[in-house]
Order: sequence, then C-alpha cells, then structure tokens
Amino acid sequence: MTEDVQLLSLLLTPLAGLVLLALAGRWPNVRESVTLLTAVILFSESLQLASDVLGGARPGLTLIEMLPGLTLRLAVEPLGAVFSVISSGLWIISTLYSIGYMRGNNEKKQTRFFVCFAGAIFAAQGIALAGNMLTLFLFYEAMTLITYPLVTHHGTDHARNSARTYLGVLLGTSIAFLLSGLLATWVIAGTLDFRHGGILAGQIGAAGTAFLLALYMFGIGKAALMPFHRWLPAAMVAPTPVSALLHAVAVVKAGVFSIVKVVVYIFGTENLLSLGSADWVPVIAGFSIISASIVALRADNLKRRLAYSTVSQLSYVTLAATLLAPISIVGAVLHIAAHALGKITLFFAAGSIYTAAHKTEVSQLDGIGRRMPWTMTAFAIGALSMIGLPPAAGFVSKWYVLSAAMSLEHWWAVCVLVISTLLNAGYFLPIVWRAFFRAPPADPDDHHHDAHGEAPAIMVLAQTATAALTVGLFLYHEPVLRLARAVAGAF
Amino acid sequence: MLTQHFPALLVVVPLVAAPIIVLARHALASWLIALLATAASFGIAAVLLDQTLADGVISYAMGSWEIPLGIEYRIDAAGAFVALIVAGMGLIAMPYSRVGIAAEVRSEEHYLYYALMMLCLAGLLGILVTGDAFNLFVFLEVSSLATYVLIAMGRDRRALVAAYQYLLMGTIGATLYVLGVGLLYLETGTLNLADMAARLVSVGDSRGVLAALAFITVGISLKIALFPLHLWLPNAYAYAPSPVSAFLAATATKVSIYVLMRYFFTIFGPTEVFDARATGAILLGLSLAAMFVPAIVAIFQHDMKRLLAYSSVSQIGYITLGISMDSVEGLMASAMHLFNHALTKGGLFLVLGGVVLRCRGAGFDRLAGLGHTMPMASFAMVVGGLSLIGVPGSAGFISKWYLVSAAMHEGQWWLVGAVLASSLLAVIYVWRFVEVAYFRAPPADHPAPGEAPLSMFLPALAMIVACVYFGIDATWSSDVAMRVAEVLMSSRSIVQ
Repeated sequence: MTEDVQLLSLLLTPLAGLVLLALAGRWPNVRESVTLLTAVILFSESLQLASDVLGGARPGLTLIEMLPGLTLRLAVEPLGAVFSVISSGLWIISTLYSIGYMRGNNEKKQTRFFVCFAGAIFAAQGIALAGNMLTLFLFYEAMTLITYPLVTHHGTDHARNSARTYLGVLLGTSIAFLLSGLLATWVIAGTLDFRHGGILAGQIGAAGTAFLLALYMFGIGKAALMPFHRWLPAAMVAPTPVSALLHAVAVVKAGVFSIVKVVVYIFGTENLLSLGSADWVPVIAGFSIISASIVALRADNLKRRLAYSTVSQLSYVTLAATLLAPISIVGAVLHIAAHALGKITLFFAAGSIYTAAHKTEVSQLDGIGRRMPWTMTAFAIGALSMIGLPPAAGFVSKWYVLSAAMSLEHWWAVCVLVISTLLNAGYFLPIVWRAFFRAPPADPDDHHHDAHGEAPAIMVLAQTATAALTVGLFLYHEPVLRLARAVAGAF
Repeated sequence: MLTQHFPALLVVVPLVAAPIIVLARHALASWLIALLATAASFGIAAVLLDQTLADGVISYAMGSWEIPLGIEYRIDAAGAFVALIVAGMGLIAMPYSRVGIAAEVRSEEHYLYYALMMLCLAGLLGILVTGDAFNLFVFLEVSSLATYVLIAMGRDRRALVAAYQYLLMGTIGATLYVLGVGLLYLETGTLNLADMAARLVSVGDSRGVLAALAFITVGISLKIALFPLHLWLPNAYAYAPSPVSAFLAATATKVSIYVLMRYFFTIFGPTEVFDARATGAILLGLSLAAMFVPAIVAIFQHDMKRLLAYSSVSQIGYITLGISMDSVEGLMASAMHLFNHALTKGGLFLVLGGVVLRCRGAGFDRLAGLGHTMPMASFAMVVGGLSLIGVPGSAGFISKWYLVSAAMHEGQWWLVGAVLASSLLAVIYVWRFVEVAYFRAPPADHPAPGEAPLSMFLPALAMIVACVYFGIDATWSSDVAMRVAEVLMSSRSIVQ
C-alpha cells in the first residue's frame, strides 16, 4: 500500500504543483515558490524511490484497465529510477535558472511557461515509471503535446514554423512507426509488459525482428536518430531554459531512455544478439554521431551548435544500447546521466550569455570569458564532458562505451568514437579559447558590451551547480553505476 | 408489465411528443416536453441495451399482429447500442438547444424546431428497432424529412440550398433503398428482415438478389455519406443550426451505417451472393479513398464547420473500413469508432456552436485569436481535435487501436500503414485550427466575446470529458462493441 502511494505521489506531485501554480499565476513570487517547492518535494520522493530500488525493491502499481487485458501500469526498475532522479533533480536547478532568465529577459506569459514546464516533468515521471509500453507511449505523446506551447513561446511566425517541424516529426514518427510497432508487438507477443529478456524473444524471426526494431528506433523520434532529428534544432526557437531542461534533458532523454528500455525489455539483448537483427542500428547511430558533429562544427549560432551536439550525443546512447553487451548497456545508462548534466550546463551558459550580453553567435564571443568568468568556466566544464575528458562525467560514460566497443572488437565503432571525440573537441574548444584568450572586439557601436558583466546571480548559481555536478559525477558515480549494472545485469 | 413494451415505447414516446409540442406552441413548454421525451427515450434505450446484453434478441409484435404477418420490432445488442448513442446525443443536445437555437432560429419557430427534433429522433430510433424492411424505409423518411427542415432552419440563406441538396440526394438514396427492398420482396415474398434472411439462403445467387444488394448498398451509402456520395454533407453540416449539426454528426450517419451492417451481415450475410461478389473489395476501396481524399480537402477549408464536416466524411471511412474486413475484429473496431466518433464529433460541434454564437461565424477569420478570447472553448476544441487524431488518452485512440489490430489480425499489414498515414492528415487539419486560435490576432471588429453561456458550454464539455474518459477506461465500450460485433457476425457465420 505504501508502495502504491509512493509511486502515485511521483505523478501527483508535479500535477498538483501544476494546478497550484496556475492558480497562483497573478503573484509571480508565490507562483515561483510553488514551482520550486514542488520540484524539491518531487526530487526527495524520487531519491527515496531510487534508494529503495538500489535496495532491491521493484514497486509496481496498476492504475486502470484501459482495454480488456491491457492496463495502464507503473513499475519501477533501475533505469526508470535513474531517469526519474535526473529529471526531477535538474528541474529544481532549472527552475532557479528560469526565474532569473524569464525575469531578466522580461518574457511574456510566464505562468503558461511554468505550467507547461511542470506538465513536461509530469510526463517525464510517467515515462520513467511506465510499467508497460502502452503507458510509456501515453506519457511520451503527452510530453510532445505539453512542450508544444513552450517551443512556440514567442508566438512569432518563426516559432510557429519551427513548432510545425517539432510537432510534425515527433507526432509523425510516433504515430506512423512507434504506434504500429507497439500494435504489432501486442498482436505478436500478446503483452506489452517490460520483461527481462524481452517479450518478443522467440516469437518472430530475424527479418521480422529487424523490421520491428526499425519501427521502434525511428518511431522514438525523441532520440533524434537521423534522418528524424530535424525537430531538435527547430526546437531551439524556445527560450533557453526550455532548451536546457527539455531539449537537453527531459524530452531527449525520454527518447534514449525509451530506446534502452525497448532494447532491453521488449526485444531482449540476448535475443537480438542471437538473431543479429540489430546489427544495422549502430551503423545508423554512428552515422548520426559523425554527421551531426560535422553540422555542429559549421554552426555559428551557439544554440544550434549545441542542438547538433545533442543529436550526436544521443546517438552515443543508441549506439551503446545496440552494441548489446552488458558493459555497453552500462555505458548507455551512464551516458544518459552524464550527458544530461554536461549539456544542461552548456545551455545554461548559452542562456546566461544571451541574458547578460545579448549574444547568440559563436563569432561574437571573443573575450567574453573576462567579463563572465563563471559562465565560461561552467561552459568549459560542460565542453570537457561532451568531449569525454576528465574531470568531467562524460569521460566515465565514454570509457564504458569505448571499452565495450573494443571488447566486442567492433573496430569501426571505436573509430566512430575516436573521430567524434576529435570533432567534439573541434567545435567546443575554439569557443572556450575565443572566450578566454582572444581580445574583445573594439566595436564603438557595441554599447552592450561595455555595460554587461555576469548574468543574474541566480542563473550563475544554477550553472555553477550543474557544472559542479558534472565534476561530481566523475568523482562519485557509484550509485548510478550500480543502477546501470542492475539494468545490464538483468540478462 | 410496462418494460415489455419498451421496444415500441422507444419510438412512440418521441413520436407522440411531436404533435403535443405543436399543440403547445409555447417555446418553454415545448422545450420541456422535448427534454422529458428524450430523457425517457434515453432511459428506455439504456434498459434495452442492458436486457439485450443479458438475454439476446428482444422481439415485439406490433399491435399483437402475429409475426411475420404483422410488423415485428426486433432489437438486439447492436441496435440497442446505437439507440443509446442516438438518444444520448439527443439528451445532450436538448439542454443545449434552449440557448443554442435562440440566435439562429426565429423565436416563433422554436416549437417547430423541437417538434422536428422529436420526429427526427423517433425516425432514427425506429430504424434501429424495427424488424421490417418497409417499416425501416418509413422511419428513414420520417427522420430524413425532419432533418431537411431542421437544416433549412439555419440562419444563413445558404441553408436552404444545403437542405435542398440533401433533399435531392437523400430522396434518391431512399428511393434506391426501397427499390432494393421491392426486389427482395419479389424474391422472398416477405418484408420481415429475419424471415427474409432465412429465405434468401434458399433463393441462392439470383440476379434479382444481386440487384437488390446493389440498390440497397448504394441507397444507404448515400445516407451514410460514404465517399464519393458525400456531397450533401459538408453544406448540410455547415449551414444547419449548431445543435442540429452536432446531433446529425453524431447520429444520422451512424444509424445509416448500422443499416448497412445489418443488410450486409444479417440479411445478405448467410447468402453466397455476398461472398461471390466484390462487395468487400469495393467497400474497402471506397473506405480508403474516404480516409484520404476528404481529409486532404479538410486541410484546405477556411471554415471550421466545413473542416469538421469533411473530417466526418473521412472518419466514416474508418468505420466502413472495419466493415469491409468482414471479420469480428473489424466489425468490433467499426462499432467502437461509431461510438467514439459520435462522442468526438458531437462534442466538437457542440463546442463550436458556442463559439459561433459568440464570434458570429465559424470562418477562420472569425476564429482568429480564439485561444485568447475564449480560452476554455478553444482548449476543448483542441482536446476534441486530439481525439480526431487518435492521440493516446482519447477515445479516438481506442478506435484506432482496434482498427489497426483488426487489420493485423487479417494479415493486411499495408492497411496498418494506410490508417496511420490518414491520422497524420488529421494532425494537419486539427493543427490548422490550433494555429488560427493561438497564433493569429483576434479580428479588429471582434466584440471581445467571452465564453459561451453555461447551458451550452456544459453539455459540450460533458461530451469532451467523455471523449477523454472513454479513451482511458475503454473496458465498457470495448466489451459492448465486442458483443455488437458478435451479434452482427453470428448470422453470417451460421452458414460458413
């Protein structure tokens, strides 16, 4: 019974917060306090759940029978616990950041913004706790729809057109591919539950499995596997806190989370390994990694560069998951956590630069590190994590993925990882170099440049916290590693 | 016992209410009578569904004339299910009408509106309950004639043309139907549907039976607005008074679909003529065309009522697609979508009625900025739209789920792609509304309308909430739909 309450409260807390902060819309201070309080409560609940899961508990709860024989169900396993903790924990920090950003930039419709944000976190918790594929799908679609108003926040024609791409790709892939994959699984396996070893194991042959896997891999558009990645750069039209929490953490991680979940619990890694049906996925993922990095290399707009970096990094997770070895699954789970921390730091820094200096392009950043040392230091740490260098968390996850590729003797995968590391260095380090070692431009018309210093303190605080966590996860990743081992060790 | 007369009372109550309303003439009194009669019909339909689910077929000899000489009223789970939808939609539309027609129908004609609604209701329910082919034609005409006048009551003068158009097409449809019935009578010598089905088996594959099948199929398809026989529908829905649009969208075409199911599976089902001919293939082709062509046309509309009307034609394609599969799973998906789409489209038209009242039109230029001027109604429209798309958590999703799994059961994997591709078209036309409502500035002359009156908004909201409810807990609806499919399929499988 207490387990039921525990699971339900993870869903109900953001929902209650959403309603309360909508009601408190007229008083910004009350509204933001409610958001913050909700985030803190949710995070503590989520931590409690994760520690229970570490202790071996696997709580489950059937919400309702939707169709005869098919239920909406919550069930926690280690991977879900990781995603739940990441999304709720970073919600606290990004709420702090959002307060500074939204006020600093005098954004309109702040209540709608915070309501939809809470809604997105609600959907993320639903995805994390989903006990079967139908429940996951329900919250997956809910997340697409609730983030739509966030992407279109500015209400301009540009925002509307970008949101068309956003919605078109995400809804399109999920209806056309994911839903048909889901239904086919239901017809073939007679269940949609997540089960160790996979529910499709032994049910269909190699070609059928490969086809079904393709439906899932491309159907989960949130994982941004090429060629269905266009929505992610399009979503950059949203205010930066949205890009930071949703399009670096919640939404995209919901995508790769679902990929890992499907590979491990629907298909089963051993099943895929013996059939050889997943061999093509790492190739596509490798292609995504390299080509997205090349696009990022050429992008001058900072957020666009970060978006393509995300496309590339997400495919690391897909690649790792579909290498199908226990150690690569561990790498995939770790990378979900590591990339979340690193990328949110980078986006925070980009938003701080925009708020303080109103700069959006990489070429404008000469010498900015002297005026904004905290921001650019945080950015540098995030960049290290992307490249995969110590002392940042990205090193740990990349280590696992790389050693998986080596031990499996997938030499081309090793090559992909090495080239991508070089490319990452190629598009992140120049930014850091520009910021710290180049002289600021002597432009007489640029009055802003003289005036600005650091971003508002609350934003600096937020990005420093995530940067510190990026280093922290490098130094101490024991609990995440244990959870990751539990996901991988299940087969 | 009164309950034993329920099959007759289902029709008699609204039928008698109509002349009483005409005598009363007073607007409020006629509204009250209509409301009571509809509530009674709804109660009766609910009891009948309950009984038929438990006991199977209920047969009632009209005027105690012996069957098959007299007219038989014969209702099973399939008929009772649709009757519940029809009476339920009537019950929602009645409280709505009080304010809903005030702006659209002249006040001295209000009593006529209620009387005609009662006749329409009686006709539709009669079709569902009668066991007699010719009696069915009579009820078809009762409901259709009432509908023509109801559409003509629309404020816009184009309503007259729309009603006339429907009158022509509807009359052709009814005539074809009655020709078909005449042929069947020649072949079998009976008008009792159950009797006819039994005798048709021995008649075999005669040319007369085949012609009857063709006449009846085309005639009823006209009433269904099956593509490409849908030309009357967009204008009729667009120019009729709002409550009429909602009521018709949720009921009229659905009842005709029921008739088609009956003829296909109960009457012609056991005969070989149905198997030997390409009926299923033709229906499949038309259904596919319906799923795509009107959906594309809907994308290019500039008026919300017309957009929803074309969407209806497209969604009817889903229902007939299920029929064309000729399997329990397919029929079940059809029955499911019949119910879910009635909820969705009825709800959408009801919400839109309130919007039209406030914005004085349903053109996109009138609806611009609706998200700001009428946030509640606008949001309700979006939720209804999501159900049209079939987003999980909405009734439309359940329909799609069953339709696609029926196609998979049949091994028709390409149909899966067709159904899902067609829902992508729905995304586009629904999102046209979203962009108009949320991204465009309200028109300059906008009277800053505010939300619709509660008596209109609450019934509309009830339908939209039901849309979500039956999307999350679909156990009741899918159980009943399954029974409906089994009932319809049972006589077909006797011979197989």
